[in-house]
Amino acid sequence: MTPEAVWTALQDVADPEIPVLSVVELGMVRAVVLEPPAAGGAAGARVRVDVTPTFAGCPAFHAISEAVRSRVSELGAAEVEVRRVLSPAWSSDDMTDTARTKLRAFGLAPPDPHGGLLLPALDAPVACPRCGSFDTELKNAFGSALCREIHACRACGEPFERFKPL
Amino acid sequence: MTLSPELRAALVERLTAMADDELVLGHRDSEWTGHAPILEEDIALANIAQDEIGHALLWLEARRELDGSDPDALAYRRSAGAWRNARLLELPKGDWAFTMLRQFLFDVFETELLARLQASACASVAEAAAKAAKEEVFHLRHSGLWLRRLAGGTEESATRLRSAMDRAWPYLPQLWQPLAGDAALTEAGILPDMAEVGAAALERVRAALTGSGLEPPEVPPNPGGRDRHGEDLVALLIDMQSVARADPEATAW
Repeated sequence: MTPEAVWTALQDVADPEIPVLSVVELGMVRAVVLEPPAAGGAAGARVRVDVTPTFAGCPAFHAISEAVRSRVSELGAAEVEVRRVLSPAWSSDDMTDTARTKLRAFGLAPPDPHGGLLLPALDAPVACPRCGSFDTELKNAFGSALCREIHACRACGEPFERFKPL
Repeated sequence: MTLSPELRAALVERLTAMADDELVLGHRDSEWTGHAPILEEDIALANIAQDEIGHALLWLEARRELDGSDPDALAYRRSAGAWRNARLLELPKGDWAFTMLRQFLFDVFETELLARLQASACASVAEAAAKAAKEEVFHLRHSGLWLRRLAGGTEESATRLRSAMDRAWPYLPQLWQPLAGDAALTEAGILPDMAEVGAAALERVRAALTGSGLEPPEVPPNPGGRDRHGEDLVALLIDMQSVARADPEATAW
């Protein structure tokens, strides 16, 4: 059991609502710490995984924490602690480029890097994930989940959601 | 940060007040689900409500670090007399103008509070404030846009907005009225000076109202501490807590 092995295993833990993305690609896994077994306690590694929520009220966080715990247990850890950390606050800028490509393929427009300027990011031109046109408009800054906004494409006529820049 | 017992108790009270504001407002906002005037707003306000509840959890988790309390028990098993939310937030949802104005007033206050709380000497408070502040950006944008739409829309929307202002205004100062322990928290660098937060919030609110061609009402503030609640909160909690109280271990699942 090594931290590297745990990080690799966590790539199997998908976001339940965006199953093409792992929690690692989303930038939710902050740290993996291996602690030696407690003296006189169960043999085997004690693993702590620090996970940060994307949005504070995200209802999938429980499920994600449980999935992380379960995956690390499967690896053979004797004890797993999943710790919710808040700092630094999760940013959509933490998402990898691979993640952005996967989102587009999934039908969700990815968030552009925003460098901390959230309101201008709402007004930035957004490409339709289906036809690629930039002739699109923001219909609602809020969508079907906390992390989504609703857009519509004037070129192909289809509505779509974007992962919200945060 | 190591806290004296007095500071710890004061911080528990302050965190509870902030959490209760979010929980009560979140619940009032959620009452519009399925009933909002247009679908886009049904979606928007449901999101905002969920965000508020998420922020309540941030504060209650910070409180748990101090006193081991259980956020779920505090949310779902506490009776009205033990809640510490501001009265403005427990007022019934009213019409759309009232809900949007109330949201705006709270969003301005919260923006000013969170901006300063990010410098708190207590790390867990500063972190929670930084987290919530990012999401509040979208709330303030939303409620601010509605203030302008309602003010500059039709005769009816402007009239309803003015009625909403008359209804809400007396409760506004209570948002930043300090709790008994706040002065000590401010002294310790944990909490900003609440009077200063209030002055900044009030100035922003007045500017927004004048910018929309509205005069702030001249009505006296409704007095009373956050430990005083009306029937509104009792009814709200019956609604909010009934399922959890009926099946505390969720055995039905």
